[in-house]
Amino acid sequence: MNKWTIFSRGIIRENPVFALLLGLCPTLGVTSSAINGMGMGLATMFVLIMSNMMISLLKNVIPDKVRIPAFIVVIASFVTMVDFIMAGFAPGIHEQLGLFIPLIVVNCVVLGRAEAFANKNSVLSSTIDGAGMGLGFTLALTLLGAIREILGSGAVFGMKFIPASADGILVFILAPGAFITLGFLIALINHLRKTS
Amino acid sequence: MAKKESSLINMISTLVLITLVAGVALAGVYDLTKEPIARSQKAKLEKAIKAVIPDFEEIREYKVKPDDSDEELVFYEGLKGDSIVGVAIQTYTDKGFSGRISVMVGFLPDGSILNTEVIKHQETPGLGTKLMDEAWKIKFRGMNIAELAGEAVKVTKDQGTVDAITAATISSRAFCDAVQRAYNTKKKGGKNE
Repeated sequence: MNKWTIFSRGIIRENPVFALLLGLCPTLGVTSSAINGMGMGLATMFVLIMSNMMISLLKNVIPDKVRIPAFIVVIASFVTMVDFIMAGFAPGIHEQLGLFIPLIVVNCVVLGRAEAFANKNSVLSSTIDGAGMGLGFTLALTLLGAIREILGSGAVFGMKFIPASADGILVFILAPGAFITLGFLIALINHLRKTS
Repeated sequence: MAKKESSLINMISTLVLITLVAGVALAGVYDLTKEPIARSQKAKLEKAIKAVIPDFEEIREYKVKPDDSDEELVFYEGLKGDSIVGVAIQTYTDKGFSGRISVMVGFLPDGSILNTEVIKHQETPGLGTKLMDEAWKIKFRGMNIAELAGEAVKVTKDQGTVDAITAATISSRAFCDAVQRAYNTKKKGGKNE
């Protein structure tokens, strides 16, 4: 498989959210605005790239029977680093995402890629895979966040385009809106994939 | 390179090594980010204090325990020369829509509220976050809780005076609860502690 295919398939064809349906907890939880979705996506992308790289480096050193705990330690370390770094340098977004940052540890996209890809492939391929999957995740969360923000609060990236006193369609800001939007998006992506 | 065998000694040594390296790396990152984190938190607090009380030259900080909880509220008394220009109280409520809301409330020496500022919250974006909007804050400016019926800040739904934010009554109620806690604790005293 060439490097470009590895990178690009994470974006649409094997998009973690729309095609693999992995990591739906943060997807539904934090996408009430575009910027939150993007922040979450980028944090996850960093963890994905770093953990994929590290795990494929270590894949021959880690005995098979303890690979899961070893992977989790590696992933948890990177997540904690992201948590510290965001708290220090991007306190605003860090506060918004709150508990969801530490929860990247148990995001099945990250462990899934470690187990399914990084554990079997070269360091370069694994890093590219992490970047592709991370980018796909970021795009999916940003798109979902943007749609919910536009419909729910009449704003794009925090900039309101409807009168200040007006409200958007409430349900899209709340949890049910996340399910509705995600459902329609998956349907649309499936349709596009079938026809192309 | 061949895959390492899953013998007991291999498994133990690998895990010990990985956790050790991870621990050291984390300690390093923690050390590097400790200062920026502390700085950004301090800056945020200072900004909130400045937003809720008049210009001051010095801050006197002390803690007072509210009646209904063991968790202390932090009082920041603004001093100019020898006179007190106002006191900013960092108060909280656990009645928010999703978790704790931390609010800075500034009282003038005559007991009226000068301004409020939300420090930390997890309210729903677009609804509960309106607690930070000017339209909401203005309802509290100049309010003197001592003059209200039963000395209580309440939303109109609870027979109070504050018009709650549409579709965010719980957040509005929680905010009132936080302000009330600040007022009660201030009244209880501890001014000369």
